[in-house]
Amino acid sequence: MSVAISKRRRISPSTRRRFLTGLLFVSPWLIGLLIWTVYPIVASVYYSFHRYDLLRPPVFLGLRNYTRIFTQDADFSVVMYNTFVYVIIGTPLGLASAFLMASLLNTRIAGRSIFRAIFFFPSIVPGVVVAMIWQFLLNPQFGAINGTLRALGLPVIPFLTSPPYAKPTLIMIGMWAQGSAIVIFLATLQDVPRSLYEAATVDGATAWHKFWYVTIPMCTPVILFQLVMGFIWGFQDFTLPYLLTGGGPNEATRFYALYLYDNAFRFLRMGKASALAWILFVIILIFTAILFKSSARWVYYGGGDE
Amino acid sequence: MTATGRTISTSLASQIKRGRRKLSVLGWIAETLKYAVLIVLSISFLLPFYWMVSSALKDSSQIYTVPPIWIPNPAYWNNFWDAWMTYNFNLYTFNTVVRYAIPATIGTVLSSATVAYGFARIQWPGRDFLFWICMMTMMVPFQVTTVPLFITFKHLGWINSYRPLTIPAWFGSAFFIFMLRQFFKTIPEELSDAARIDGASELGILFRIILPLSKPALTVVALFTLMGCWNDYYGPLIYVNNAELMPLALGVQAMRTELAHVGGTHKFAYAYLMAVSTMVTAPIVIAFFLAQRTFIEGISLTGMKG
Repeated sequence: MSVAISKRRRISPSTRRRFLTGLLFVSPWLIGLLIWTVYPIVASVYYSFHRYDLLRPPVFLGLRNYTRIFTQDADFSVVMYNTFVYVIIGTPLGLASAFLMASLLNTRIAGRSIFRAIFFFPSIVPGVVVAMIWQFLLNPQFGAINGTLRALGLPVIPFLTSPPYAKPTLIMIGMWAQGSAIVIFLATLQDVPRSLYEAATVDGATAWHKFWYVTIPMCTPVILFQLVMGFIWGFQDFTLPYLLTGGGPNEATRFYALYLYDNAFRFLRMGKASALAWILFVIILIFTAILFKSSARWVYYGGGDE
Repeated sequence: MTATGRTISTSLASQIKRGRRKLSVLGWIAETLKYAVLIVLSISFLLPFYWMVSSALKDSSQIYTVPPIWIPNPAYWNNFWDAWMTYNFNLYTFNTVVRYAIPATIGTVLSSATVAYGFARIQWPGRDFLFWICMMTMMVPFQVTTVPLFITFKHLGWINSYRPLTIPAWFGSAFFIFMLRQFFKTIPEELSDAARIDGASELGILFRIILPLSKPALTVVALFTLMGCWNDYYGPLIYVNNAELMPLALGVQAMRTELAHVGGTHKFAYAYLMAVSTMVTAPIVIAFFLAQRTFIEGISLTGMKG
């Protein structure tokens, strides 16, 4: 800091005062950055090169945590497969359904805010409660869904107890709790200028043309943002799978965040967990980079938007 | 089908002046279909909650009945009181609100607002660069910092207290700093200038002018933080293991584990779980109805500008 100030000494004293005032105002965050972000990042790199179980002092391993994860850890490939299937299918599917529902709400309908409230509500319910409700609802013996199927003489669906069903079931519950995306998409749709639709009507565009050539392009910046955030959150999803399936059945829902949690807080492998966290970070960075790179092809920035 | 419904109404926008009620047969079918879809979706969104509340009133004989009973008779209204009192939920509520939510919320609002002011309303060299760093920190997955912070907190003796969850809140949250900054920027600069001429300090301007004008945005921050604490599972799972200190989310889970042991022998095992789930959700329902606009606008505000 002192270097920065001395460099600016030639600048007017008022600038210098504003610099100090500004710095003072952001200082809680700046100090927090050092304590809660910079230090842990450095420490995390350090631990990822060590074996450390909190009891004995760390033992230096070099890159062995990483090489073992990639070459000797059979669980890791299962976890990667699960996570990628879950995120790559679940996130776009969830956003697509949210977009369609928002589009439906954006039509001229009576009671829009009631429907919006209903669709939004599941997303703010505590994760524990969501897990509790769905576990009960999907119970193969007496849950509401299978109970009804049973009564109708139909085969029971093992939603959470059979490996092929477990991931789709979690994705479905995710779609149910997709409320904030619906609200965001609806707000975006309402911002699309009416004049564009009117111009399209004058040009003889059909309803489908307007949706495809006006509505969707105008929403692509927000869709991109939601996709990026959706992937980032998807890779870190923990509470629902942890409580609903605990990674089962037969490891079908053992996702990255669960695996990392197990290593860190059940097996106390702090070094390996740190290495896993860095691998996760790199995966997220690659995903985000790919999305932004591809965005030049499909995201439309116009209409004076940022 | 959604697309058709949506665009029919937008094309209506331009046709409206010509004759509002002259819908074609096809238009009527589309309208009916649209409401049918909306109503079916609404029911499927709400049904899990109805199942939760109705099951809270059942005894085990009603729970295990196939086909499922949707209207319990007799209804055991005492379950709410009994479950809550038997399993110590007054204590869990106290822990959640007093030990966790209130300190974390006060800290988050005060620090985020102060930092956002420094980023939004004071011109100083280096500001935009630091703000960019602040935004970048949101990219770091929490898993990277969790492991080293856990180790640090363990050495500090902070495990089994709420300090790991409340103290960092006093250093600003990048997400809310961003949100408040956007909001502060919309307040006319003339107001600050006039106050500066009158000799007000920057801190005075923040507290006397900016904050009173930012009540809607501050409400969003407070509401989201409170709700985040109320719903939080992951944080307490890692840091708070003591039964005396558990928050609601862990309390529900602990009760579930305990009831799973007695299983079928307990007359109200499932009803108690659903009763407590209902009561933990109730404050969120109330908050949502009281502040629906704040919720919806807050969500729209946070998700749109990338």
